[in-house]
Amino acid sequence: MAQDQSSTIKQIVKEFSSDRNRLMDIALKVQNQLGFISEDSMETMAKALGIPLVEVRDMVSFYSFFSREKEGGNVIHLCNAVVEKMYGMDLVANAFEKNLGIPFGSTTKDGKITLKYTPCIGMSDQPPSVLINCIPVTKICPEDVAGIIEEIKKGSRYSCEKRTSSIPAAQVETNLKKEGEVIFSPMERGVAIRSATIRTPETVIDELTKAGLRGRGGAGFPTGMKWSFCRKAKGDAHYIICNADEGEPGTFKDRVILTEAPDLLFEGMTVAGYALGAKEGILYLRGEYTYLVGYLEQILENRRHLGLLGKNVVGKEGFDFDIRIQLGAGAYVCGEESSLIESLEGKRGAPRHRPPFPVTDGYLHQPTAVNNVETLCCAARILEKGADWFKQFGTKDSTGTKLLSVSGDCKYPGVYEVEFGIAIDNLLQMVGADHPQAVQIGGPSGTCVAPKDFGRKICFEDIATGGSVIIFGKKRNLLEIVKQFTEFFNEESCGWCVPCRTGTTLILRVLDKILEGRGSTQDLALLEKVGNTIKKMSRCGLGQTAANPILTTLRNFRKLYEDLCKTDEYIPPFDYEKAIAVGVEIAGRDPVEEEE
Amino acid sequence: MDKFTIIIDGKEIDAKAGQTIMEAAIDAGIYIPHLCFHEELIPGGHCRVCTVMVNGRPQSACTHPAAEGMVIENDTEELLEERRRLIEMLFVEGNHFCPFCEKQGNCELQALAYRFGMLAPTLPYLNRKIEVDASHPDVFIDRNRCVLCGRCVRASRDVDGKSVFGFEGRGPDKRIAVNAKDELLSDTQLNAVDKAASICPTGSIVVKRVGYAIPYGKRKFDHEPIGSEIEKSASKK
Repeated sequence: MAQDQSSTIKQIVKEFSSDRNRLMDIALKVQNQLGFISEDSMETMAKALGIPLVEVRDMVSFYSFFSREKEGGNVIHLCNAVVEKMYGMDLVANAFEKNLGIPFGSTTKDGKITLKYTPCIGMSDQPPSVLINCIPVTKICPEDVAGIIEEIKKGSRYSCEKRTSSIPAAQVETNLKKEGEVIFSPMERGVAIRSATIRTPETVIDELTKAGLRGRGGAGFPTGMKWSFCRKAKGDAHYIICNADEGEPGTFKDRVILTEAPDLLFEGMTVAGYALGAKEGILYLRGEYTYLVGYLEQILENRRHLGLLGKNVVGKEGFDFDIRIQLGAGAYVCGEESSLIESLEGKRGAPRHRPPFPVTDGYLHQPTAVNNVETLCCAARILEKGADWFKQFGTKDSTGTKLLSVSGDCKYPGVYEVEFGIAIDNLLQMVGADHPQAVQIGGPSGTCVAPKDFGRKICFEDIATGGSVIIFGKKRNLLEIVKQFTEFFNEESCGWCVPCRTGTTLILRVLDKILEGRGSTQDLALLEKVGNTIKKMSRCGLGQTAANPILTTLRNFRKLYEDLCKTDEYIPPFDYEKAIAVGVEIAGRDPVEEEE
Repeated sequence: MDKFTIIIDGKEIDAKAGQTIMEAAIDAGIYIPHLCFHEELIPGGHCRVCTVMVNGRPQSACTHPAAEGMVIENDTEELLEERRRLIEMLFVEGNHFCPFCEKQGNCELQALAYRFGMLAPTLPYLNRKIEVDASHPDVFIDRNRCVLCGRCVRASRDVDGKSVFGFEGRGPDKRIAVNAKDELLSDTQLNAVDKAASICPTGSIVVKRVGYAIPYGKRKFDHEPIGSEIEKSASKK
């Protein structure tokens, strides 16, 4: 390898104190500077860090934003999430391919532009969308493509250097459609932290428990309990990690919080730092939101100037706390808290065995609380306004408000802050959805709800959700959507365990067969069996929910499947004629069919 | 040491603090079927075959710590069906041809299939094209037979201290990689006497020239089903 490349890599490794735990940052920087991560680069990284090459390859090969092959100077990631496909992604893809004369997955001959697909980038409210060198551009139509390519070739607007500038070149609409009291009401910086630091850490945690705050990622674990476990656990250091890796297709609420209320989030992380006895907070930001880094860094810097981060925060003697941002690199499974921690430690984002749980054995094996962006905002607000104030919103077991990312077939897609307990019917009215065929609550890993259940409520007592709501109108092909969801899980499976890795591949094959019109009722039974094995036997939350698109539609929309599977007889998984075609050609004659 | 009891399939057994369910079960002579677990290695939790119901919830016995008063279901019809399906998944994911594999009779995958009564796979074959690496003078790796149990990865890293093997990629593309720039086993530090060379449960990593030293019919699982050793130890207790 060229001497200068090797010294560039060594320099980067040094920048991160030759710390193996910072391998993600090192790899991201190597990729940014050299355009890709070659075998040679990996070898240099491994040597400089004193770890085996196979460990570096393990990490680099895991994340979709790392490329081990030379890419173009500019990379266009076209988002192929379900909603993007519903709103003309294919036409945009054709326009790109035609204009550049190359198919997706390849690079132009002059080495200038690479075309790639990527799953949901958090822009489902403004499809179709692309990331150009990590800078999002949304609501594009085929006619825009020529202009975009011209801009790229000029190298100005979408240049790599601009991806993290403090004023992003991104074209993203905010789409905050309903501002509620908890997250999007006005706030004054420092109030929540001061309110926390005049109490003992224990009473801060008590206040959250009193408020009934539960995790907003979807699982609904009581936040006060999580913080209490973490605070009590013994360790050399405690950590608060904010999970801003919202990867569930159709969710983008964190994007809106991070742009509209980042101070509230950092306020919440600082309150957590005080309550847990942590000195360091880490914001794990999904790679798709790279464009927000510059903006968020500036806000953190402001807070340091105001004495809201750093030494003796808000003048409280001995309360030292700061926050750093860690970028992800394209892996849905890192939304699972133990995968996220592995990723933070510079490894592949494979979930850990649980127990032990992160609250006792987390980041660097120290007690760690991992909380959703929205949860931390709620925590700040509870400290500011009190548990009783918070409890007036929502239901008995689901207090407060919930942000919903609404996309798909409705008039007003965007983020809505609603009280917990809202009926699906009411929500549909609010967002201008006219008698849809189905509503996907909680994204692909959630439930596909049929109209007969539109009276159900969004809350932990009924249908819990991380916030993704995708609406499917009457004309949509629901099973085609189920297939796309299943493809997503298959690609995003970490591959650690058999049921998720192999099971999702198998149900995809069976579903394909059914959609091709070669399904039988035996295939439906098989889908159900394998689906349940995936659900029951998988190791982590991704696997346990990966069959949900199929299982929930088999339950709620069974007729769609039955219409395609009329026979009870066995139909082989392959097309017999096709399978023997090559042999027939070689033999030069048709096979002799034996008669009974 | 703290001792307590747990219940497996209605039977009270002793367990010690720090033990996993698997370890406590083996000590008590109860066989919990497993594939990626190996007594000399830290557990991986890959295959999920050892999944048991712990107080009604599925958990992998190899990784889950035993705790006082746990009620565990292991030998049930329902779990047998799930375990059989997992083994079937592995059979269709890779390319396994038992009759001419030198590991047959000693293969844990095959032995589990027999024990679970897997007659013929009911799942569609994936028919993947997978390369074979015979570059190493003494050991070959045939990823057609790999079940991604990670035993070689753990053994090489934790026992041999070499990290010859690692994982690569994700999802259906996940594979075993080797610690060499051009991905050839011959360029690694692997030695035929290493733990990693002999710990593969299937015929994926095998030492060359000894495959037929013991003829078919006289091999470990030709005599008795997998798990018998553990079960026999119970009758002695």
